[in-house]
Amino acid sequence: MGLLSLAIWVPIAFGTALLAFGRDENARGVRWVALVGAIVSFLVTVPLYTGFQNGTAAMQFVEKASWIARFNVNYHLGVDGLSLWLVLLTSFITVVVVISAWEVITERVNQYMGAFLILSGFMIGVFAALDGILFYVFFEATLIPMYLIIGIWGGPNKIYAAFKFFIYTLLGSLLMLVALIYLYNKSGGSFDILSWHKLPLGSTAQTFLFFAFFAAFAVKVPMWPVHTWLPDVHVEAPTGGSAVLAAIMLKLGAYGFLRFSMPIAPDASHEWAWLMIALSLIAVIYVGLVALVQEDMKKLVAYSSVAHMGFVTLGFFIFNELGVSGGIVQMIAHGFVSGAMFLGIGVLYDRVHSRQIADYGGVVNTMPKFAAFALLFAMANCGLPGTAGFVGEWMVILGAVKSNFWIGLGAATALIFGAAYTLWMYKRVYLGPVGNDHVKELTDINAREFLMLSLLAIAVLWMGIYPKPFTDVMDVSVTELLRHVATSKLP
Amino acid sequence: MIDKLSWVAIYPEIVLLVMACVIALVDLSTTSARRTRTYILTLLTLAVVAVLTGMAANDGKTIYGFGGMVVSDPMGNWLKCFATVALMVTLVYGRPYAADRDMLRGGELFTISMFALLGMFVMISGSNFLLIYLGLELLTLSSYALVALRRDNAVASEAAMKYFVLGAMASGFLLYGLSMLYGATGSLDVNEVFKIIASGKVNHQVLVFGLVFIVAGLAFKVGAAPFHMWVPDVYQGAPTAVTLLIGAAPELAAFAIIIRLLVEGLLPLAIDWQQMLALLAVASLLVGNLAAIAQTNLKRMLAYSTIAQMGFMLLGLVAGVVNGNTYNAQFAYSASMFYIVTYVLTTLASFGIILLLAREGFESEEITDLAGLNQRSPLYAGVMAIAMFSLAGLPPLVGFYAKLAVLQALIASGQAIYIGLAVFAVIMSLIGAFYYLRVVKVMYFDAPVTASTVSAPRDVRAVLSVNGLLILVLGIVPGGLMTLCAKAIVATLAN
Repeated sequence: MGLLSLAIWVPIAFGTALLAFGRDENARGVRWVALVGAIVSFLVTVPLYTGFQNGTAAMQFVEKASWIARFNVNYHLGVDGLSLWLVLLTSFITVVVVISAWEVITERVNQYMGAFLILSGFMIGVFAALDGILFYVFFEATLIPMYLIIGIWGGPNKIYAAFKFFIYTLLGSLLMLVALIYLYNKSGGSFDILSWHKLPLGSTAQTFLFFAFFAAFAVKVPMWPVHTWLPDVHVEAPTGGSAVLAAIMLKLGAYGFLRFSMPIAPDASHEWAWLMIALSLIAVIYVGLVALVQEDMKKLVAYSSVAHMGFVTLGFFIFNELGVSGGIVQMIAHGFVSGAMFLGIGVLYDRVHSRQIADYGGVVNTMPKFAAFALLFAMANCGLPGTAGFVGEWMVILGAVKSNFWIGLGAATALIFGAAYTLWMYKRVYLGPVGNDHVKELTDINAREFLMLSLLAIAVLWMGIYPKPFTDVMDVSVTELLRHVATSKLP
Repeated sequence: MIDKLSWVAIYPEIVLLVMACVIALVDLSTTSARRTRTYILTLLTLAVVAVLTGMAANDGKTIYGFGGMVVSDPMGNWLKCFATVALMVTLVYGRPYAADRDMLRGGELFTISMFALLGMFVMISGSNFLLIYLGLELLTLSSYALVALRRDNAVASEAAMKYFVLGAMASGFLLYGLSMLYGATGSLDVNEVFKIIASGKVNHQVLVFGLVFIVAGLAFKVGAAPFHMWVPDVYQGAPTAVTLLIGAAPELAAFAIIIRLLVEGLLPLAIDWQQMLALLAVASLLVGNLAAIAQTNLKRMLAYSTIAQMGFMLLGLVAGVVNGNTYNAQFAYSASMFYIVTYVLTTLASFGIILLLAREGFESEEITDLAGLNQRSPLYAGVMAIAMFSLAGLPPLVGFYAKLAVLQALIASGQAIYIGLAVFAVIMSLIGAFYYLRVVKVMYFDAPVTASTVSAPRDVRAVLSVNGLLILVLGIVPGGLMTLCAKAIVATLAN
């Protein structure tokens, strides 16, 4: 069994075992098994980075076996510079999420932990799949655990949110399925994604494929105007669910653009780049303004996620090296930062059971340690140099200016809004005199929460101060992708 | 090879007929309320029959018997094997339910369901219009009796009445269509009719006229819209054990006669019947999915879901022949066969759960009766969730591959209209996802009405677990069953 298979199946095996044998009576054991499972699956992914050959755009750690012979579907895995860090991000966030749920989840612990571990395996599968059907299976399968996570452990309006999440994302993916089958027939009976990259396609076919993929990935990212499910879902989802959703699931969509839309339909991608850029800029600017007026912390961070993901798609569709690499770096950075933001909100919510900004004020007086972490993450969220948030945004803006000054300017304004809503929220929640009795009774974070936030803080700082490991890995892959996308595939 | 009397072609039928009579006699001496002796004998017989048909199917040989009246080919034998297993599972799930409702007195449930199975067998292996019709009638007459098994129950009697009247009309349609074909071609033999039509010497209009009636009759039998009216009422009204009995295994037989009549007999008219089936499929998807959303009764919802699923299955048959080119046919028809087999597997699981819950003294027919099942029994909630997600067509469950195969058949045709149909089907299955999700929602998100745990006899528990696991395992490795269906269809088309 190869490393990638292990990365996928170890968490799924642990998760399944928890579902089958775990009970609430032995919740303690369940938590430990879940933590061991998450750590083991993280450790399994580490050699992917240490053994990764920089300087080649070829797929690495490739595994291939026949799976459904009738349709020539293969169990075909591999990672390149575009997907490597996303795999590591997924296994890392899973460890953090397991820690975050430790004492918070007391009912049906085994199902909660099991769902997250299985979800983690599925998401790694999405990033590692090189076969269209394998990709689709993992892509769709993530809906099942996430639906249950939102619906079982979510807030008061959880059922509405769970349905909205499921139906929205399912519609997109089903259209993608039609596109996948179309490509299968076009390519003479192959589901190999890499071979699709070389397939010559007419402009009508490319446009059709581009929009079928757009339906799947834009909803997942989510891009304006199909982003409306995200705030609803974030507000209702439990802390861990929000963290995984923002940190990883949104990346499934952005990754899809890189792996499918751009290389398979390059001409259509160029033709419709104006649309993608326009939608991204609307996300960055308009949704940033929407975030400014939110009363609910989770909603604010959710809208800020939409704005930050706008940077990612913007970077991709300006078609230069800085933009695309910046987009990918932004994906990883947003994974750490948004994960941290949601977990931070979770820490407050566990104590006060409110996410309204108005219910807080002066938290720094009662929770100094926590406020320090929150400050770091807030700064990362506004893109302060030295934090993870800075690198990607800066690269994207630079790339955008290179291609068109006005686009660059538009993107840059987002930094102002980002700073405005994040800092204003920070001020209202943490600074000033103690707001009310709830805040007065707050206790600072315990060792578990300290550990969880430190892990993320280290990642955020490391990526901000020394982003080389991230960019080195993807350099060649990005160049290769751009070279490929620049070549017309019209027959 | 055509033999005057190939007994080997009908060994399973003979075993079934003899044992059905023997069991009816044995039952006379049984006094136990739960009919343990009858039950075990029935299961043993069915197991033997399943092995016999499975072995014959595995042989891969095609044998014509009785002067070409019956045919034993891989497709037929696999379908028979699956139908037999489905009936065994049905009886395992249904016995405790039936015993609680005093439906086992006289042991008719066992003997009549064996006759129903015999009817399916004759339908499946009939190679002659008359024989196929006889098999169909044997099945439907047994079904009417089974629906009416609870004589003192007004709802069940009403359902039986509706079923009988509409079913008789459908049979009439079918018979009328067949007689017209006979008039035009002068033969009742499936292969003979094919040859005569293919020669092009027959008046096309007469054939199409007959075809309309045949398709209408078949649509009635599979419950495709707009001939679906009986399905919700009968599903809801019949005792749940019987609902499963008429909703699972007979679908396999219905698929077989569609293949025998339309493909083996009337393939030269494919252009005509494909159009009709496309209309039926679109109507079924539309009616089934939209009506299912509004249902609060679980059995009724599953009935509408069946209509929608049949619509999807029919789409596979629609894409077979393009511009007179039959290259696609084997892929398309094997996609439909895969669809129907996995559909039956999933239906068994979902009704198994309903039967299990219904045993607790009330009928457990409303969707809300499933509330909080996850807290009461994570295992059964898991099985039901797997069944629902599979029906919704979500990977990694087997229902996804069924939909994938059908969509692939449609898109492979390369015709814009078929690709449009595929997109339509996809959107409809999105609507379908909504009501399947609601069942999962009720089980996992709502609070349970009672806190009592769900208990089940050991056999039911074991079979249900295997049933649920199979839906998942076949979803992870669907290749084997797909290949099996493809080979079976190829062998059938080769004749």
